[in-house]
Amino acid sequence: MTLVRHRLFWPGVILVLLLMSNLFSAANFFSITVHDGHLYGSIIDILRNSAPLILVGIGMTMVIATGGIDLSVGSVMAISGALACLLVNDGVAVLLACAAALGLCLVLGVWNGMLVAALGIQPIIATLILMVAGRGVAQLLTDGQILNVSSPSFKVIGAGYWLALPVSVLIAGAVVALAVVLTRRTALGLLIESVGGSPTASRLAGIQARRLTVMVYVFAAVCAGVAGLIYSSNVASADSNAAGNLIELDAILATVIGGTALTGGRFSLAGTVLGAVLIQTLNVTTVTLGVPVETTLLFKAIVVIVLCLAQSPAFRAKVLHRRGAKRVEVTA
Amino acid sequence: MTTVTAPPGTRAPKSRNRVYRQNRRHVPVLATLGLLICMYVVGVANYDGFSDVQVLLNIFVDNAFLLVVAAGMTFVILTGGIDLSVGAVVALTTTVAATMLHAGWPAGVVLPAVLLIGTVLGLGMGAVIHYFEVEPFIATLAGMFLARGISLLINRNSIPITDGFWTAMAQQRLRFGQGIFISTSVIIAVVVVLIGAFVLAYTRFGRTVYAIGGSADSALLMGLPVARTRIAVYTLSGFCSSLGGVLLSFYMLSGYSLHAQGMELDAIAAVVIGGVLLTGGSGYLFGTVLGVLVLGLIQTILTFQGTLSSWWTKIVIGALLFAFIVLQRVVTRRTR
Repeated sequence: MTLVRHRLFWPGVILVLLLMSNLFSAANFFSITVHDGHLYGSIIDILRNSAPLILVGIGMTMVIATGGIDLSVGSVMAISGALACLLVNDGVAVLLACAAALGLCLVLGVWNGMLVAALGIQPIIATLILMVAGRGVAQLLTDGQILNVSSPSFKVIGAGYWLALPVSVLIAGAVVALAVVLTRRTALGLLIESVGGSPTASRLAGIQARRLTVMVYVFAAVCAGVAGLIYSSNVASADSNAAGNLIELDAILATVIGGTALTGGRFSLAGTVLGAVLIQTLNVTTVTLGVPVETTLLFKAIVVIVLCLAQSPAFRAKVLHRRGAKRVEVTA
Repeated sequence: MTTVTAPPGTRAPKSRNRVYRQNRRHVPVLATLGLLICMYVVGVANYDGFSDVQVLLNIFVDNAFLLVVAAGMTFVILTGGIDLSVGAVVALTTTVAATMLHAGWPAGVVLPAVLLIGTVLGLGMGAVIHYFEVEPFIATLAGMFLARGISLLINRNSIPITDGFWTAMAQQRLRFGQGIFISTSVIIAVVVVLIGAFVLAYTRFGRTVYAIGGSADSALLMGLPVARTRIAVYTLSGFCSSLGGVLLSFYMLSGYSLHAQGMELDAIAAVVIGGVLLTGGSGYLFGTVLGVLVLGLIQTILTFQGTLSSWWTKIVIGALLFAFIVLQRVVTRRTR
């Protein structure tokens, strides 16, 4: 019974169901083979393709934990990819180009954070500005065109392998590990949650609420920047329109599926990773099941609705156990 | 809630600790109005022909659907919720309307049918949000996927509308003399806004909307019909989205599953620029109208400028949005 109540139980169940359903169409779905010392297989592919969403989701989780939201992550991805590709094509060393791109993302994060923390603008609107203008900036960088990159070392970030594993998965894993260590092995996570719970109370308790807020937006922007590098490296080009398009919604969805409340004050990094993998599995499953492209969104909608209802304590109390009559009114 | 009311006819003293509350609530709207006038003056000063009355009326003509959608969104945001499904519902409405008309259904049947779609979807989302305590952001995101999914399923291509009633509505112009006109959609939008403003200001339903936005717990303890009202605002927003979809199909004379992409953000931006707090409980529908006008005026100025490439347009819109929000913030803060 306690297992069912665990916040990751239902996302886990849905993930397993989705993975299992692939067996009907592809019998060797779970097989992992080794070619040239690299691991191959559908599961590895899912992980590899969910790396950008995991990164963006981790950043989003931190922002949401402080009671904010970041709509600009998709545009930041596009800017990061555009700048890196531009510099690599100009003959700058790949590492330097990536560092420059991430540096720019850092600045963008500071911008978002300052709007929210110093000017006190509502996060959804503060980040909306960069969401709108950011795509324009990315297009400005690439002159409105799709910029192709042929550098093999740039290609490694998104499509390369290291120690038999995809580099993108390793990068995402490293960032997740870093975030977990920083927030759960130090007091940082607690401080972030207290800012999310009540900025005023935490400031009175001596927490530098504003500085923390700026920090989480910087973290989210840099995570999005890394995701942008992986994406543009994977497709070997900077496409300002397609890069990170609507990823903010998927990232928010992944965060919420993972049990982080949008009201802030509490977060689960493991949940977000699970949520991101779940969303990517959903995308893969629609392809392997042969669901027509038109119905992919419909399929997604149904899974989201089922999952949200399964996770909702109120739904369980009312529909699944009719006898749990005493309901406490919870309001956002 | 200590309200210090100044006696009628006297102005509130400007000292810090005796701020006249009602007036303070008007400040964001007045700030938006002031900035809108500044922008207009800048436009008139810089571009020939900008002062034509028709330039102003065209903002209404081109944004009538956004005005209706944003009006519905205002109700939702006033209760502290959010509705991300509006753009998708607009697209679904245009697709269904075009498909039904193409199949030969009369306009008299199609119109109520498509209006029902958004209303029912809104009702469903509101029920899920209230009874199952799913976050509005997520419930309406699912609604967004659902509506876009269904419209993609119906038809992936753009469907032209050739129906007589629709083309008549598209071409109908209300003229006020030499070259000055508005479309029927503008009249519909204005009527919707007036009804909405009346409901918010003078009815028990409107009061309850503000009360829920202020604190849903308190509203419940006061014995207000929280469940009914909360579900009603999402239903209302769904209806407004459908109506917006109908107006868009008058404007575009086509149904397309990719219409109105990102309109939910335009609507939210309009509501917030108009001074409505996203946390709910404070703001006016009149502010939303100003918000839509601001977005429209930005577009108009960019059109008059004419030399900007598409990416510069995005950057300038972002910059103007920034300037607007910061200025409004500064103006609002100074009065506190």
